Amino acid sequence: MLHTLSIGELGRSLSSGEISSVELTRLFLARIERLNPALNALITLTAEQALLAAAAADRRRAAGEKGPLLGIPLIHKDIFCTDGVRTSCGSRMLDNFVAPYDATVVARLKAAGTVMLGKANMDEFAMGSSNETSFYGPVKNPWDTSKVPGGSSGGSAAAAAARLAAFTTGTDTGGSIRQPAALTGVTGVKPTYGRVSRYGMIAFASSLDQAGVFARSAADAAIVLQAMAGFDPRDSTSIDTPVPDYPAALQEPLKGLKIGLLREFFDGLEARNASLIHDALKIYRGLGAETVEVSLPHLPLSVPTYYVVAPAECSSNLSRFDGVRFGYRCENPTDLLDLYKRSRGEGFGAEVKRRIMTGTYVLSAGYFDAYYLKAQKVRRLITDDFRAAFEQVDLLIGPTTPTPAFAIGAKIDDPVTMYLNDIYTIGANLAGLPGVSLPCGFVEELPMGLQLIGPHFSEAKLLNAAHLFQQATDWHSRSPRGYE
Amino acid sequence: MSLTRQDVEKIAHLARLSITEQEMPVYVTSLSSIVDFVDELSRARIGDVEPMAHPLDGQHQRLRADVVSETDHHEKYQANAPAVQAGLYVVPRVIE
Repeated sequence: MLHTLSIGELGRSLSSGEISSVELTRLFLARIERLNPALNALITLTAEQALLAAAAADRRRAAGEKGPLLGIPLIHKDIFCTDGVRTSCGSRMLDNFVAPYDATVVARLKAAGTVMLGKANMDEFAMGSSNETSFYGPVKNPWDTSKVPGGSSGGSAAAAAARLAAFTTGTDTGGSIRQPAALTGVTGVKPTYGRVSRYGMIAFASSLDQAGVFARSAADAAIVLQAMAGFDPRDSTSIDTPVPDYPAALQEPLKGLKIGLLREFFDGLEARNASLIHDALKIYRGLGAETVEVSLPHLPLSVPTYYVVAPAECSSNLSRFDGVRFGYRCENPTDLLDLYKRSRGEGFGAEVKRRIMTGTYVLSAGYFDAYYLKAQKVRRLITDDFRAAFEQVDLLIGPTTPTPAFAIGAKIDDPVTMYLNDIYTIGANLAGLPGVSLPCGFVEELPMGLQLIGPHFSEAKLLNAAHLFQQATDWHSRSPRGYE
Repeated sequence: MSLTRQDVEKIAHLARLSITEQEMPVYVTSLSSIVDFVDELSRARIGDVEPMAHPLDGQHQRLRADVVSETDHHEKYQANAPAVQAGLYVVPRVIE
């Protein structure tokens, strides 16, 4: 069945003429029509534009063009500006916003010939770990629709798991690709900070945000990352370093690879979760890797550090939403202050307002040193801990999440309980490191993910290690019931 | 270190956010619990460490030549504006 094929297999079917991109696009659009209502994974469907793009891809192929992503359907997280298409960021604030340009990620994937089926649902302004804060309603986990898919890229993850597209894009600021990938049983990649351009990607926390991909395998993710990655002069934090050939590196033997088990990740980890990671380690040893225990002593401070730094940066970034130039404006503003306050008060949801206010507080006079400056110092300590660990090992391994997917509504009333879902993912964002989550088993019939973290710009090695694990296991090829 | 209602009102004003009377107690409670949570940082013993603003060391702001590189798109960009007149954004009167 076509929707279960890998990107490579789809490419071969398209090349051989077995199917056209228009037919493939119609197939995925039909799946979305049938399956998305139960999931609410999409905010905007772009069926007409998709068929036009598919026809254009078919013409490019007929003219002799080849390329692994030519004619391949995708869904973009609704945080990426897409020219002429609503870009809502999951918020009432941008419900009426039609982006006047393409994000670099969108432009690069378009140039490669992909077909955009629609925009994925997400936690509002990327703030959340369950996709319950979206103005457009929660996303359901295809493995159990009473459960969350994770967040903030919950729509992208659910769509990938339900095979509504060949792959989807996401963003990861504190775990928003890796955590939902783990909870929905797909492969999620967060690249090194600066590896993928943030131009046109609506900013949440500028020193943490990074764009990445959800795919059904590391091999597929490698193809997509190849097209997304690379220097962009329009992003002042984009790093000008060559992009290796990720697909070519997938098969390199792991012999001699040193994998570090983070002691702090295993403290207090539930036995069922820990045993899945230990099973994965046996597989890695079988492939020739050595495992070593390492410690990152400051890692337990990573969640409070993040919840000072990220809100501070978000309070600054979201000040552009003022009801003046674009986005939501309140009715009958009495004066400029009323315009600002009610446009923002009405346009933003509760979690966004909480984070803006937390950020405003920690940056305010009298508190800046105690919170923000302190957090930036702890950030350096955490980063130095990772650097020291990578002098002993090549990659770090651990769980992605403390538990499998929780019930919709279970944690939404207590922000701090929700924040602790990010406990394993946040460190990599603070240190700017790349991380991958891949399916490693099930707990109570719900998927669990294992996480690999590498040094800066080690995406090739991470994808290689993930790929070899996926050749030795089949967790990543399982499908939720009803979505096979 | 709990926040008072006055604290939250002041922060909301600085952030230009309107909070309704109904919502206020909920925000006071949730912001207090968040601040208590991040207070763990203030108890952490840190030596003399440089604060870190950027996750990758050695980065600096890239500069480019001071030449025009964009063309006029203001009509396209202003298509999203709530109120525009003669290329200007219209807002309630600012100066009495």
